Formats: sequence, C-alpha cells, structure tokens
Amino acid sequence: MAAEAVQAIGWWGVPLAIIAGTMRGGTPFLFVSLGECLTEKSGKINLGLEGTLLTGAMAAYGTSYLTGSPWLGVLAAGVAGALLGCIHGWLSQQLRVNDVAVGIAMIIFGSGVAFFFGKPFIQPKATQLPTIDLGGWSDTPAIQAALQISPLFLIGLAIAPLMAWFFKSTRWGLFIRAVGDSPEAARAMGVSIFKVRMLSVVAGSFLAGIGGAALSLYYPGLWTERISSGQGLMAVALVIFARWNPIACLWASLLFGGAQAIGPALQSIGIEDGYYLFNAAPYVLTLVIMILTCSPKRTLSGVPGALGTDT
Amino acid sequence: MSNRRFLNLSRRQVVRGLLATTAFGLTAKLGTGCSPSGSGGSSTDSTAEGAKPADGEPLTIGFIYVGPKDDYGYNQAHAEGAKGTAAKFSWVKLVEEANVPETTAVAESMRSMIDIDGAKVLFPTSFGYFDPHILKLAEEFPDVQFFHAGGLYEEGKTPKNVGSYFGYIDEAQYVAGVVAALTSKSGKLGFVGAKPIPQVLRNVNSYALGARSVRPDATTQVVFTGNWAEPIKEAEAANSMADQGIDVITCHVDSPKVVMETAEKRGIYCTGYHADQVALAPEGYLTGAEWDWTNIYSKIAEEVHSGKSLQDGTIEHILRGGLKDGFCKLSAYGPAVSEDTKKAAEAAKAGLIDGSLVIYTGEVKDNKGGVVVKAGESLPQKEPKLEGMNYLVEGVLGSVGG
Repeated sequence: MAAEAVQAIGWWGVPLAIIAGTMRGGTPFLFVSLGECLTEKSGKINLGLEGTLLTGAMAAYGTSYLTGSPWLGVLAAGVAGALLGCIHGWLSQQLRVNDVAVGIAMIIFGSGVAFFFGKPFIQPKATQLPTIDLGGWSDTPAIQAALQISPLFLIGLAIAPLMAWFFKSTRWGLFIRAVGDSPEAARAMGVSIFKVRMLSVVAGSFLAGIGGAALSLYYPGLWTERISSGQGLMAVALVIFARWNPIACLWASLLFGGAQAIGPALQSIGIEDGYYLFNAAPYVLTLVIMILTCSPKRTLSGVPGALGTDT
Repeated sequence: MSNRRFLNLSRRQVVRGLLATTAFGLTAKLGTGCSPSGSGGSSTDSTAEGAKPADGEPLTIGFIYVGPKDDYGYNQAHAEGAKGTAAKFSWVKLVEEANVPETTAVAESMRSMIDIDGAKVLFPTSFGYFDPHILKLAEEFPDVQFFHAGGLYEEGKTPKNVGSYFGYIDEAQYVAGVVAALTSKSGKLGFVGAKPIPQVLRNVNSYALGARSVRPDATTQVVFTGNWAEPIKEAEAANSMADQGIDVITCHVDSPKVVMETAEKRGIYCTGYHADQVALAPEGYLTGAEWDWTNIYSKIAEEVHSGKSLQDGTIEHILRGGLKDGFCKLSAYGPAVSEDTKKAAEAAKAGLIDGSLVIYTGEVKDNKGGVVVKAGESLPQKEPKLEGMNYLVEGVLGSVGG
C-alpha cells in the first residue's frame, strides 16, 4: 500500500486525467476508427464494429485467461473480429443487400456471440497486457499511474501514419481507393471489387477486434457485457469527423478518449454542477461534430465516392 | 410451374428467407442469453424423483435478473440467494432467466415461467420490472405471487398478490464507513455512485456518517457516473479519486468489479458492495456491505410452501429489514484492518442490531449547512422520510443536483 506517498494534486488532476484518458480510453477508439476508415475507403460501411468490439474483448479476455498469454489474446481478438468481418464482407456485397442493415444485424449478432461465449469469463481474472511505465521519473503516484502506457496504444499510434502512407503511396492502397471512389474505374483496371472490399472489411474488423482487446486486457481491463458502452458506434461517427483520413482518426480518437475522463475528473475535484452534461461529453461531442460537418448542400470532402452504394 | 414458383418467390429467395429467419432466431436467442435452467440440477432431480411425500407439493419459483448472474454485483447477490434457497429445500424447483431487459421482454419471461414452467412464485429482481410489467401480470394471474425487490407497494392500489421486499443495506455501509475511516491515512474516502436517487444517497450518507462517527474530520467524495453500468467512467472516477489522495473507495453501481480492481491497481483500499469482492482486491479489500438474500428467499419460500400467501395477508406485503433481520451482512475483514478497527466496527454492528444505535439521529446537517434531522429527533430505519432522501450529509463532497 503506497498510501503514505499519496498526495493530493488538486486541480492538476483534471488535465492529468484528460491526458491519461486520451491514452487509456482512446486506444479502443483508435483501433476501431482505423478499422472503419480502411473499410469505408473501400466503399463499404461496417456498423457492426460495435459487435466486433465486444466479440474481440471477449475473445481476448477468454484466450488470455485460458492460455495465460495476453498477446495470444490480442491475436485471438483480431481473428474473432476478422471472422465477423468475413460474414459482413460477404453478406453486404450480395445484390440488393444494404450494408447499413447488415451492419445493424451484425451488432446484434456480434454482441450475442460475445455474451454467449463470454458467460464463463465474467468472474475469472485474466492476465493483463504489460504496460510501459513512462512515469518512473516522478514521485507522484498519480503521474506514474497516468503514464502507464499500453503497447497497444503505441501500435495504434504507429498504424495511423502507416495506413495514411499505405493509401497514398502503395499499389494496394490505390486499389482500395479506386474501388471506394469509382468501382467502374476499378473494374476497368481489372481489379476485383469483391475481393478488395472483402479484404478491406476483414482487415478493418481485425483492427476493431484488437480494439476490443484493449478494452478487456488494458483499460478498464475486465470482461463484462456492457464494456463497450457504444464505443464501436461512436468510432463510426468519428471516421466521418476525421474525413476518412487515418491521421485525423488518431487525433479524433484521442479527443474522444479524453472526453470520457472529463466528467469523473471534474467531480472528484469538487465541480459538482452539471455532471450529467460532463458525463455525456463524448456523446455531445459526437452530435456537435455531426451537426458541424453535415450539410445538405455540399458533400463531405474526402468521402469515398461509392460509399454505401450498391455497386 | 407450381414446383418452380411458389407465390412468385424464386427458390433462392425462399432459401435466403429461411436462412435469414434462422440467423435472426439464433441471434435473438443468443442475445437474450436466456437460460431457464432448472439450476442446481440436483434440486430438479430430487423433485423429479417424486420427492418425499412429507415435503408436500414441489414449489416452482422463478427468478428474473436484469444482468448476468455472475457480475460480482446486484444480480449475483440475487442469484446466489436463489441458488442457496434451492439447495436448502428439496421441494424447490428453480427457474431462472438472466439478462432480461426492463421492457415487455420481462412480461414475456414471466408469462412463460407461469404458463410453461408452472411457477407459483416469481422474483423479478430489477427495479424497473415493477411498473407496469409486474402490475399487469399480477392482475392477469391472481393466483401467482410476485415478490419485487424495492417495489412501491401501495395498499389498495397494488394488486394483492404483489409483495415488496428490500433491505436496509445502508446499515452495513455505516459499518463499512467506520472501517474505512479508521483504516484510511488521509481521512479522505471516495464513493462512486450511479445516479443520485434515494437508495444511492442513503448509502453514501450512511457511509459518511459511519466514517464521521469515529473520525469527525473524514470526508467522503462522491462521483456520479450517470448510469448503472459504465465501466470506463467507473475506472476514470476511481483513478481521479486516487489522484486526489483518496485512499478508500467504495461504490454503488451494478457491478463493483471495475472500481475494486482499479483501487487495487492503484494501491489503495476499497470496501465492497452487493456481494463479496475480496477475490478482486485481495490486499486492499477492507470489508463490504453484502446482501444476504439466501436468508430472505428461503424464509419466503418456506412460508409459501406452508400455505401462507400474500393474497390472504398471511405474508406481509412490505418486507424490510437490516442487519438484525438478516437482509444484509458484512464481508469478512481484509488483512489491512487492525484489531482496534475490528472492535470499533463490531461495536457499531452490535449497536445497529440491538437498536441502541440509530444512524439518522439528530442533529444531522446536509452538506449545504441546512438541518435535515433536528436535534433530539431520531429517524429509525423504517421511517418513510428516509426513503425519499434527497440530500448529502455534512462531510460528503458532491451535489445531488445534476
């Protein structure tokens, strides 16, 4: 018990909590939004990532508990996500099938699968992912705790610019953009639209599954049936906010992660009024962003041309 | 033609339709995760064997939970009570269903428990089941007895076959507050609450009063997360409180798992709620306020089995009680609790049980300086005033208004 060393840090708790929150709470957002970004670039929408997130969280927790290896859990989360992605990728590309409708079905299916197989894992404690402690220089336990960074966060941090580069400078990235923007042109190039979209959806779901692993193996670090609390859906909104740009997804995820920490942090230093509003900060932010970015007159810049269409 | 075209549907469309229906059915089934298992196979078996004639008729009891049965929280407490009751009496046949939302889904669950499983007694345990679902079903099935946790029974208005039971778990919270204040080094305690409703406020206040009874300068910081299950906000709240130098945390949310684990990770103490959580925080767990539903449920089951009923008034419509009546209990003390602290806690507990200690004894001020219980006045637990609590007592940092 380090209770002797505990010092009140007063007002500094708020910025500290927000900074820590960006890294702790932002990690799942980051993975899900990068996954969705990849999927949407290819012209498909995958709303089912909420279900994927839950399944990923469950698979990671279960695998880590059964094998004792959290990294195997992360892998299992990705694979479980990819399997759900296969279903969505195949189903949503059938004729006269709407990908939004399939996505909603996949939310229900994914959460159903997660709840069904997750039953035995609610109670036991799984091995958590190791953290990288960057706060060793400080004597304040608050700062030490805030700077316990998950390697998953760093991986996500690396994936964002990598994905931007992938879209911009590689042949495969061009294929994905072509399929998303103008399927006819892609077909003329001799690219299989079905295969490209399928792979994009699967890879995107793989990332979203890993986002689930960040929830159950890092922060808050457990498996319950309500662990995702709508983060998968928020991440979809976040991609629009980020204008389908992976780097912007990174900033947006950090913003959303930090917003989750505002309510509790303000209350703990004694700002007592309006905590319902502060607690709703992530949702309010989503709405505000939607209002600011939506307009009936112009299309969004950066939106893939064939997003959500049937072709 | 007729074998190729049926109602203008192609073979493909029919196959697809069938597949879709199957998939939907599967997901819906999985989604609700319904498990009307005759839990505790042994109990079901023993009734199936024809039971002993001395035990009389087997009694089918239905339990409905709003969440999973093993959430270390509210639902687990009820499920353990159900299991304990079934283990006690061989004539009890248990029917359970978990993850039932507070919608018409619960009406359907109750209906199928009554119609298909033949349940005569139902315990729909979540608060939101009461109005309108239980009230409606109770009128439809006047010979089935409905017991609801915390429901608002009104004489003459609520159907005769509906009963309400709940425990004054704030007595256990008071004792936990004593333990927390005496173990804390900084004198700052933390409370993660879901919503500022009377039940939660009463727990916060009793905890704070318990703490201040042994350490007048102790403060209790309360943080409301806004909902019953918000794992990330609960973790953020616990972390923020630890940052502020708070070194004992407790909570009133559906599943205290996150709060307990976060406290343990941060190296501070915690006291539990709902069920025993020592497994989650083996070092920092001090004690906890637990429900003891096995005791209450087996009492009710026995009474019903012996022929008493709500309808003819032989079972009370409003059952309430605290430590004395066995509605709640305290977890075993953790390793960090000193002998002196244990003594003080046991003294408080004894006082609450024999009635010499009344938690809300004047003068009690709220945290804005107003007097809520006048000097010389003492509000016993049954006092209706306490059920409508809308203030935080002196020493609690926080506010009720949103």
